[in-house]
Amino acid sequence: MSDPTGLTLIQTLKALEAKDFSLEELNKAYLERIKKYNPDLNVYLDINEESGGIPAAIKSLISTKGIRTNAASKIIENYKPPFNATVIDNLFGQNVSVIGKTNQDEFAMGSSGENSAFGPTKNPWDPSKIPGGSSSGSAVAVAADLAVFSLGTDTGGSIRQPASLSGVVGLKPSYGRVSRYGAIAMASSLDQIGPFTKSVADARLVLEWISGGDKYDSNATKEKFAPVVVSEARQSLKGIKIGIPKEYFGEGLDSGVKKTVEDAIDKLKELGAETVEVELPSTKHAIAVYYILMASEVSSNLGRFDGLRFGGPRDLFGPEPKRRIMLGTFALSSGYFDDYFIKAAKVRTLIKRDFEKAFEKCDVIVGPVSPTVAWNIGEKIDDPLKMYLSDIYTVPASLAGIPGLSIPCGFSKNLPVGLQILGKYMDEETILNVGEIYENATDWKKEKPKLADGV
Amino acid sequence: MRLTTDQVQKVAKLGSLTLTIDEEQKFSEQLSKILGYIEELNAVNTDSVEPTFNVTDNVNVLREDIDRPGLSQEEALLSASVKKDNFFVSKGVFKNE
Repeated sequence: MSDPTGLTLIQTLKALEAKDFSLEELNKAYLERIKKYNPDLNVYLDINEESGGIPAAIKSLISTKGIRTNAASKIIENYKPPFNATVIDNLFGQNVSVIGKTNQDEFAMGSSGENSAFGPTKNPWDPSKIPGGSSSGSAVAVAADLAVFSLGTDTGGSIRQPASLSGVVGLKPSYGRVSRYGAIAMASSLDQIGPFTKSVADARLVLEWISGGDKYDSNATKEKFAPVVVSEARQSLKGIKIGIPKEYFGEGLDSGVKKTVEDAIDKLKELGAETVEVELPSTKHAIAVYYILMASEVSSNLGRFDGLRFGGPRDLFGPEPKRRIMLGTFALSSGYFDDYFIKAAKVRTLIKRDFEKAFEKCDVIVGPVSPTVAWNIGEKIDDPLKMYLSDIYTVPASLAGIPGLSIPCGFSKNLPVGLQILGKYMDEETILNVGEIYENATDWKKEKPKLADGV
Repeated sequence: MRLTTDQVQKVAKLGSLTLTIDEEQKFSEQLSKILGYIEELNAVNTDSVEPTFNVTDNVNVLREDIDRPGLSQEEALLSASVKKDNFFVSKGVFKNE
């Protein structure tokens, strides 16, 4: 048996069917790899030796019955949920099992993974760098072949950004496509669960598994995602119009990232796509809007942690949750509510309208995910505003509720760069197709980080 | 706007957080900086713009009013640090019970 840990999900399923290896052998191979590399990379907060299905890594934020779910926070350090998130039950129905719960920024608050109460996750391409966040462990679990695929959550970029900085595929579905039930709530009008995978086709399959209406999430009322699979012969983007927003290529964008993304756009043109310039003029307000609305929802959602039914006292919150509870409580407080919360909700409408207008001219919008490649551990930790501003290209789509895909599109300074493909509301199909055709025409998915030989 | 340490204390009380003096000072600085940045929104014209609170446009999604199983008392109490007679123990609502 050759090492199965490098295989994509779809390749793994085929190999299992062909009896190239058993589920037991598959789990054993992954568990051995985890034992070897996890101590250095700090991907998993909990490892499930009992994993017997297709091994998936699950962000600690997502509830798993009887398996510790602590959102990388001291306040619920030893919490074991008495129920599964809907996505977990859905995956169990596909013979998937939880091989471990992954590290993250505490309560999904951060862009680097450093806000975990249990130490940062390391970027497998260079362990002195952050892997992105908040779904840091879920991104690296896939990048370092420590799981077949993983689930994360994306509120303002927490799937797309770590996917980009760690060199894997990450999909944030449309708001309402996937049930949020059982994902510990951060900002309820923005939170979405989605997959990290080793190929675009894998992301399509996992979305099919986890999507659909759910009686436990009144915003998940849509049908299950039913993909029209790209035929292997379909290699052309003829007839696809790609919108390029100039606001995503301006000041603040690192020149190496810019060049890499522009090369990817050239490739899309070569594959037959037509490009059009689109305008998203409210992009410059997105971070301000996001930090008011998100923090307000955070202050309300985190109000439930009172230490009575589970968890400990509120002084166990780390600095970032405290900062956001403070900011949100202030924005919602008497005398400031209209000036901050309502104002931000109105500008959110303008951001949403920008996208609606842009999509009259194109099928997908393409640009960078992150203005820079992975930065040094510690570099932005003392300057919250600087950290917040690094989410400028991912936050607008979250506010508009539209789907976004990050796929590997090259390297700058030997670190991965992701290409972001945004779609119309509930049109994951087109962004996945564009992503897959690009992926098939390039060799980026063959690139793997060279890991130091651990312990 | 600038958030003084007095205001920080008031907001902390509203948010049920107990802050150290160090934290009060740090949050006063950091939140003032963040609020300063956020104030750029004042310059955006939002006359006759409706706010967006949810992008799905769902209104009052209700289910049939039929009972369905929930957690057992035992399961619900599993993670509580203090319990008494199979109930959660909370602070008194009135006075200092």
